[in-house]
Amino acid sequence: MTLTQQRKLKTLLVGLASWCVALLLFFPIFWMFITSFKTELQAISVPPQLFFEPTLENFTVVQERSDYLKHAWNSVVTSFGATILALIIAIPAAYSMAFFPGKRTKDILLWMLSTKMLPAVGVLVPIYILSRDYGLLDSKLGLVIIFTLMNLPIIVWMLFSYFKDLPKEILEAARMDGATPWDEMIKVVLPLSVGGIASTGLLSIVLCWNEAFWSLNLTASEAAPLTAMIASYSSPEGLFWAKLSAASTLACAPIVIFGWFCQKQLVQGLTFGAVK
Amino acid sequence: MKRSITRLLMAPSVLLLLAWMLVPLSMTIYFSTINYNLLYPGRNNFVGWMNFEFFITDPGFWIAISNTLILLISVLLITVVLGVALSALIDKPFFGRNVVRVLLISPFFIMPTVNALIWKNMMMNPVYGIFAWISQSLGLEPIDWLSDYPLMSIIIMVSWQWLPFAILVFVTALQSQDTEQKEAAQMDGANGWHIFRYLTVPHLARPIAVVVMIETIFLLAVFAEIYVSTGGGPGYDSTNLAYLIYNQALLQYDVGVASAGGLFAVLLANIVAFFLIRAVGKNLTV
Repeated sequence: MTLTQQRKLKTLLVGLASWCVALLLFFPIFWMFITSFKTELQAISVPPQLFFEPTLENFTVVQERSDYLKHAWNSVVTSFGATILALIIAIPAAYSMAFFPGKRTKDILLWMLSTKMLPAVGVLVPIYILSRDYGLLDSKLGLVIIFTLMNLPIIVWMLFSYFKDLPKEILEAARMDGATPWDEMIKVVLPLSVGGIASTGLLSIVLCWNEAFWSLNLTASEAAPLTAMIASYSSPEGLFWAKLSAASTLACAPIVIFGWFCQKQLVQGLTFGAVK
Repeated sequence: MKRSITRLLMAPSVLLLLAWMLVPLSMTIYFSTINYNLLYPGRNNFVGWMNFEFFITDPGFWIAISNTLILLISVLLITVVLGVALSALIDKPFFGRNVVRVLLISPFFIMPTVNALIWKNMMMNPVYGIFAWISQSLGLEPIDWLSDYPLMSIIIMVSWQWLPFAILVFVTALQSQDTEQKEAAQMDGANGWHIFRYLTVPHLARPIAVVVMIETIFLLAVFAEIYVSTGGGPGYDSTNLAYLIYNQALLQYDVGVASAGGLFAVLLANIVAFFLIRAVGKNLTV
């Protein structure tokens, strides 16, 4: 075998192995997706059925039984609301730490991240009681506030690592022209870091969409986002896998498709500036 | 003048986070010292350490602590080791690499409640699940995963969710690796393993630090997967600290004891964070 043939064979084997792993890891999602088009009987048949006549009945049942659209709307409002609010609060902070670092900047950043380490269960009871007293239980506004605070440290950190990589010379040039720090931020830094802000926002949206702890504990029928709606299908009232799959597919499809389109930006954000 | 403006810009974030941390935490500390059960209102007398004693002597306490740590360490090991291996595998171009990437990242977008329901029912069900069918086809006795290996089942679910995250961070990192360095090493007669061990792995030190840090934050707080699939059982076999406290607070309405438990969770997180920030913090650029 010549060297090029050897190399081709190697690429082929690597490709095959990668495909096998990818299909294996993706299989649960694929299975959920096709089960959602089965009848309940087909869903639990042994051996599992790969080919069958698809039905859309489960989706209509899910919409009727648990009002999918309402919960999907709750998810959209809370995810986007919290993300926008958090960005507005975080951008000035990240900007000031990246461009005017003081002696304690590093400590402040680590402290912010350490607040994420504070386990949610540790403060579940007080948050529950505060929400109750201020009428924020089972309200979208309550969730938006919690999600904003929950993601704020990560958002500040990510924005900080983007801003830090911007060339300092541009800012100095702007300052020579008499720009104030506020002008610099709005007119120079923001336009230059649209990409970074977008990836940060995307990650925040994904984290909010999939947040389950606070959604399960602080909402009931009115403001429950999709994560909480799905949990209602875990009750052991029998095997309704087709409907469960339909509900799950509906709950995950928006964010999975969203993620597929934005994966490049998302990944960049996820590395927290540790990877150039 | 400049200092005051920069402080002003930072103030909202810092103050909000400070409030988010201090207000509930001080309430938790206060609740943990009083008798506070939602079923018996109006008897909120000071009880000192009683809630803490009660929580520590709960039969589930040490099991929950060890389950929390086993879950954390297992998932970290699985995702980092497999993540490095798989990202090295898909580093070079091959047919359909973009599709493979999309397939690999997908589990990360699946919400924890759905994750747990898919695995609990369609994969791990001992009668109708895919795993049972595979066992039967091989002539083996199907395993009742959630009853016989509850903690391992949770570890599988959580690892499945976080492996894509690790893979994608590492893949991005590998793309910035110096190819000339690799070629030079090859010229000098280094084999694939040597290149992986002495060039690739050190190159990944920082990305690994990031993955460990971020995952730890989320893994210490695993809740929905347990809530939906095993409910912490059988017994306390898959109860972690988060779930034990939840159980205490919302199922037994004992706010005092749950608050004491919450403080233990805070303590545990701080111990882990202390070691983690020491080990990992060096590798993070600030």
